[in-house]
Amino acid sequence: MNTESSDIHKEYRNLTGKKTAFIILLFILLLFSAIIGISKGALSIGMFDSIKAIFKDSGTAHAIVWKLRLPRVIMAILVGGGLGFAGTVFQAVLKNPLASPYTLGIASGAGFGAVVAILFGSGIASEYLVPGFAFFFALTSSFFILGISGIKGPSSETMILAGIATMFLFSSLTSFFQYMGTMEQVHEVVFWFFGSLSRAGWKEIGLAGAMILLPFPFIMKMSWDFNLLSAGDEAAKALGVNVKRIKITSIILASLITSGVICFTGIIGFIGLVAPHICRMLIGSDHRFLLPASALTGAVVVLAADTLGRTLWAPQVIPIGIMTSFIGVPFFFYLLMKKTKEYW
Amino acid sequence: MLDIKNLGFRYRKADILKDIRFELDKGEIISIVGPNGVGKSTLLKCIARILKPGQGSVVIDGKDAAGMKSSDLVKCIGYVPQDFPSKFPLTVFEAILMGRRPYITWRPSDNDLKIVSDLIDLMELTDLAMQDFDCLSGGQKQKVLLARAFAQETDLLLLDEPTSNLDLKHQLEVMEIISDMSNKKNTGVIMSVHDLNLAARFSDKIVMLRKGKIFCAGKPEHVMTVQNIRSVYDVEVMINTDQIHPFIQPLRAVS
Repeated sequence: MNTESSDIHKEYRNLTGKKTAFIILLFILLLFSAIIGISKGALSIGMFDSIKAIFKDSGTAHAIVWKLRLPRVIMAILVGGGLGFAGTVFQAVLKNPLASPYTLGIASGAGFGAVVAILFGSGIASEYLVPGFAFFFALTSSFFILGISGIKGPSSETMILAGIATMFLFSSLTSFFQYMGTMEQVHEVVFWFFGSLSRAGWKEIGLAGAMILLPFPFIMKMSWDFNLLSAGDEAAKALGVNVKRIKITSIILASLITSGVICFTGIIGFIGLVAPHICRMLIGSDHRFLLPASALTGAVVVLAADTLGRTLWAPQVIPIGIMTSFIGVPFFFYLLMKKTKEYW
Repeated sequence: MLDIKNLGFRYRKADILKDIRFELDKGEIISIVGPNGVGKSTLLKCIARILKPGQGSVVIDGKDAAGMKSSDLVKCIGYVPQDFPSKFPLTVFEAILMGRRPYITWRPSDNDLKIVSDLIDLMELTDLAMQDFDCLSGGQKQKVLLARAFAQETDLLLLDEPTSNLDLKHQLEVMEIISDMSNKKNTGVIMSVHDLNLAARFSDKIVMLRKGKIFCAGKPEHVMTVQNIRSVYDVEVMINTDQIHPFIQPLRAVS
């Protein structure tokens, strides 16, 4: 009996080792995709030359890399990583596999906030106004959802219906303001809604990076609590989790990440829903591993999608939202069909 | 070890529980019985402080639970809920490891893993250790939940209907595991039970609830009487006292 017991023990350590390896692998893949992303474009730079161009001041290549490509690549990583991370948090807290910044209407909330700021905030420090409004309305919709899940229970149907309702509410409000706006304002909003990484400059990256990355360590610290939440609120409470506090703090932090993504890039695809699922299928739901893995997966997919979108029909650029779906959906379906036992 | 004093709980101005008082010694098993909706689960949740009782107090080893830090409390009281929601894939090992959470900061220690492995062997779940929790049968799931509470290494266990939805063999198996564990580790157990015969057979004391109050409490043979069951359940029964434990045979519902 003792030998058997130590076998299970080893098997568990073995599995966690594999999960760590998976995360390291994703990280390497991300670095690799980043280098490709930097080297591809109207002027193709070799992979090694592009690394050199980052560090050495060598004329055109250096300028292109620093002014155009590097910001774009970093923004793609931030956006994908943020969405994957926030999606995992929403799914864990609402215990709902269909939850994500989009299906819950939180992205639409942030979008509406950004549009209001774009339309009415011209002139008044709008670079802070847009993220501020986006965050405020993202929070509004997430607390709305959290409230409903508290009253009606976090069943998939209730959550998603409430999310769709929120989504419609905010898109109608957005349309209403567009209808009231001038031609130029409408143009600006429509362009914004397409979802694009091309607006990213270093200043935007600084602010987006702060909104997206600062919550990461605080959320990582709650990994075990997320694990216990999956056993049910009451069981989690009985194991010492302060359920209410964990839910509220993590929802606020995940909303902050979502608004950081939305306000600088517009509405981008479904990566927040899919990245956590892809990782859960591959490494299970221990959030100590799932959270970083989902963030890295999201970052890799968005970065790859953007690089392909820029190069496939160059000089035409396929919007990032469309490309993310093109890449993510087939892979998701592949895993869906392959996996037979769980709810997937 | 556990002293429940004058405990009461109100929900939307209705008394769910009132004047509940009883004591539990180390290694003792108490079953709470009573019809559906009488407040059995609520009572367990109040003791575990999942719900805050409106009146009265729960005293553990001389300390009022209301004044204890939750990180200390979870090392005293283990709780096994009735249902097991599982939306996301979770291995049996991970599910039981959750019980070690009060002792883990980030990485589980070798000792944590050893405790979990031993419990898995004890529950005869060795072959299923790395399987998905959702693939288990009802009886196996219940064993995992019990193991999770055992892993918590508390002196007191609260079990909410541990045998509901189980087949005959698993009902007995689960009850025997609980009784063995209580004997071996001197754990005090309070459980809500629907099956009066299981309650009579496996508990040292029975607390019978009626309309949120204790109707009677004491040794199984004192509580399980034809009159008591008739007044609490509106059911006429026959009780066979030939064996060590009273055997209750339901006859008909009384209107």
